[in-house]
Amino acid sequence: MSEPFDPSRWRPASFLPEEDARDPALLFVVAVLCFLACLTGLGVIAGTRAAHGWASQLTGEATVIVRARGGETPDAAAARAAEALAGVPGVTEARALEKEKAYALIKPWLGDVADLDDLPVPRLVAVGLDAKRPATAATLSAALKGQGLDAVVDDHSVWIEDIRHAAGVVSWTAATLLLLIAGAAGAVVAYATRAGLAARRDVVEVLHLTGAEDSQISNLFELRFARIAAVAGAAGAAGAAALGGVLRVIGGGQGITPALPIAWIDLLAVLPCPLLAALVAALAARVTARGLIQKL
Amino acid sequence: MTPPVDTSADEILRFAGVSMRYGRGPEVLSDVSLSLPRGSFHFVTGPSGAGKSSLLKLIYLAARPSSGSVRLFGEDIAATPTRELPRIRRRIGVVFQDLLLLDHLSAFDNTALPLRIAGHKPAEYRGDVAELLTWVGLGQRMNALPPTLAGGEKQRLAIARAVVNRPEILLADEPTGNVDHEMALRIYRLFVELNRLGTTVIIATHDQDLVARSARPVLHLEKGRLRPLPPQGPLAEPGE
Repeated sequence: MSEPFDPSRWRPASFLPEEDARDPALLFVVAVLCFLACLTGLGVIAGTRAAHGWASQLTGEATVIVRARGGETPDAAAARAAEALAGVPGVTEARALEKEKAYALIKPWLGDVADLDDLPVPRLVAVGLDAKRPATAATLSAALKGQGLDAVVDDHSVWIEDIRHAAGVVSWTAATLLLLIAGAAGAVVAYATRAGLAARRDVVEVLHLTGAEDSQISNLFELRFARIAAVAGAAGAAGAAALGGVLRVIGGGQGITPALPIAWIDLLAVLPCPLLAALVAALAARVTARGLIQKL
Repeated sequence: MTPPVDTSADEILRFAGVSMRYGRGPEVLSDVSLSLPRGSFHFVTGPSGAGKSSLLKLIYLAARPSSGSVRLFGEDIAATPTRELPRIRRRIGVVFQDLLLLDHLSAFDNTALPLRIAGHKPAEYRGDVAELLTWVGLGQRMNALPPTLAGGEKQRLAIARAVVNRPEILLADEPTGNVDHEMALRIYRLFVELNRLGTTVIIATHDQDLVARSARPVLHLEKGRLRPLPPQGPLAEPGE
């Protein structure tokens, strides 16, 4: 037999039922959407970093192809070119590459040739450029010509616009996906809120007719749905962060692929997800609840 | 013929030429004018569809008239901003026709609802709620959920919730509709007691026997219009 009711120990119950059969399904759907949104967010960060990396690599480097003239050996010509370029303003480093690297570049076209030394394979000089005031291709060419070298400067900046454009497309596509998924999450929460309110129309009606302010009523639903969305957001964010962590561990510093390098600090980007999900849910609940109350 | 309008300062409710329709439907109330003094006790009678519930809805501000004016507590409702309406609603207690009890809340929580909404602290009203529930005969069922209560118990619970905030007006829509005669008399005596304490009581009912025996003034509706009640000899006040 249950204990007799003691009014002095009574604590007010929630105006809304503590549990709703729809809550677990809503929580799952919002968690999945948050997971996808966080994953896309990590992709945006990694893609943007990769794009910046490609661009800075291209702006910070140039390659010079040096051909030997007269009796000079290719190695000597390359060494002379490196020395000439090292003194040019805007150059931070000039280094003659080993002949094997040059051979490796032409191997796809020539195949395994027994003795490449018999061929007039040009040598390469890698030039590091000052990031702030890089030397131009014309300056480098002039310096090489001044030393009587037969050389061609491969200006990487020709590719930068294409790379930047490609990187921008990747970033914007990912950002659009992120917005779409976030929008879908908001729409799902709004739809669920409307369904929840419709199911709790009796509560809304009683509170409204008993003199509750509109804000009192909408706050109940805001808190309910914000709490569900926050839990779902935390679960989705944790899942995305865990997957990101796995990719980081498997792929090392470059993540799963050099095209999408994930850093540990990137995983912190999922932290706002529960808060954002809760805010979207609260806003959706407020708008829906106020709309319903207006119709009463 | 409509009843004469009382223009005394102690008027708590006034309808002046009030008509009402739902959406674009036909008028459910037409040109209703009335004035009720504070502390009065009225029955609203009439056949089904006469507009009794609609009249009460206008009073507890669940609907607005399509024409005419409603003054409650001296305030013109049409001119009152929407944000002010909850404050006025809190001065009115309603026993709804379908009771509108919240099934997930105990009898105690259901009764305390208006006090919580009004912002009172539990310590201020715990004792009052328990006393009121005991007074309506639910002292042993305070922790029960409405679905576990009998019809008469639910009715008394709805009444307890309606009066717990000591409203200035108590409206009851068919409060004895689902109870036996004895329970109907008990409920009626509750209303009489509240009226003696100063509450203005308006009861919409089909129970002609109760109306006839009470000898209280009647607002009789037919097809949305106030009509004089056919003369009936007053009987002794039930329970008095």
